[in-house]
Amino acid sequence: MAANPMSQFDVYRIGPEIKVGAFDISFTNASLFMILSTVSILLIFNLGSRKNSILPNKIQLLAELSYTFVSKMISDTAGSKAKPYFAFIFSLFMFVLFCNMFGMIPYTFTVTSHIIVTFVLAAFIFIGVTVIGFIKHGFGYLKLFVPSGVPAVLLPLIVVIEIISYLSRPISLSVRLFANMMAGHTMMKVFGGFVISLGVVGGWLPLSFSVALTGLEILVAFLQAYVFAILTCIYLNDALNLHH
Amino acid sequence: MVKKIYFQSIFFSFFFIKETFAAESGGMPQLNPEFWVSQIFWLILTFGIMYLVLSKLILPKISNNLESRKSQILENIEAAEKQREDSDVKLKEYDEIISKSKLEANSIFNQAREKALKDISAKKEVLDKQIDNEISEAEKEIYALRNNAPDKINKIAIETSSELLQKLIGAEVNNSSISAIVDDLSKRNGDKYYGN
Repeated sequence: MAANPMSQFDVYRIGPEIKVGAFDISFTNASLFMILSTVSILLIFNLGSRKNSILPNKIQLLAELSYTFVSKMISDTAGSKAKPYFAFIFSLFMFVLFCNMFGMIPYTFTVTSHIIVTFVLAAFIFIGVTVIGFIKHGFGYLKLFVPSGVPAVLLPLIVVIEIISYLSRPISLSVRLFANMMAGHTMMKVFGGFVISLGVVGGWLPLSFSVALTGLEILVAFLQAYVFAILTCIYLNDALNLHH
Repeated sequence: MVKKIYFQSIFFSFFFIKETFAAESGGMPQLNPEFWVSQIFWLILTFGIMYLVLSKLILPKISNNLESRKSQILENIEAAEKQREDSDVKLKEYDEIISKSKLEANSIFNQAREKALKDISAKKEVLDKQIDNEISEAEKEIYALRNNAPDKINKIAIETSSELLQKLIGAEVNNSSISAIVDDLSKRNGDKYYGN
């Protein structure tokens, strides 16, 4: 099991098989880490919001800094109209961040390294943003595909490109996160395997590489959560403000 | 023809994706759809609950905390500003009191000096008068003494000369003729003797 760098992404059932109709919704290790992430998010932010002291303690400071960080990110990219969606983007950012970070602990499972998870999130965002766009602008939302200032000759081509790029949003959004997480974790596993196979004599080089990679992966874990959230903000901005 | 079959097989494999990837279990576990439904279900469940709790309970509290802190800080700044103004006013009052008391001290000092000067001059006048009186009395005495002096000297001169003459000639000389001579001499030489 340990030899295969992909085996860390295996999903396995914990406890009995649960079936609803034809669907298998058994509790798995993925479910376990989703629950761990959400519970720790709720715990931290509950502790951080319980007391209202003028001089915040550490956990309150953490909660409030995260709050202002996300709220600034949203207001910078999507403007003040995006305020009703703050809670969703905050949850999204925190969920992805915590899932990524939990994956950095050895022997854990990275929820976001599974395409189906990221794709469901991205598809939900895509559908939601599209619905918001049509509600706010009606069929005027289709103007998003017709950039202003483009010569009429090029227009058919540009519109097709715009539609394709719009439709590929959920795919790019989900694949970016999934591929980053998977590649990073696979690489760490591979270098970890080298340490074992090269032993005491030659194992130091891959070990130092592994240490460096761990730092890099923690950075990537944060960065990808940030990118996921900020791209959601940008899509939301398109739907809300229609700047094209 | 081969190409067509290849693409067809890929196309059909999407319909039987479960079977296709279950066959090659050595590949990416992510593409094994065995637990896809389970993952979607648990994702929606956990994320949904987290979203509801965060948006309904926790985030409003945090924003409330931030707002109340902001307003309290603003209030504190306002209070500090007010206290600063108060202290400025008080400082002005203090300065005024100090300058006033300085003026007062100056005037008191001046008054005291004038009074002392007056006292001194009054005493000086009294002393001057006393001294003047004494001087004039002394002058009067001197004047009287000096006025009496020629008469006495004349008398002495007359007596001594009469006695001298008696002893020399042995006869009584008329006092009146001697006194006439003395008077005449003293009148002639008076200026020389008394320095009038």
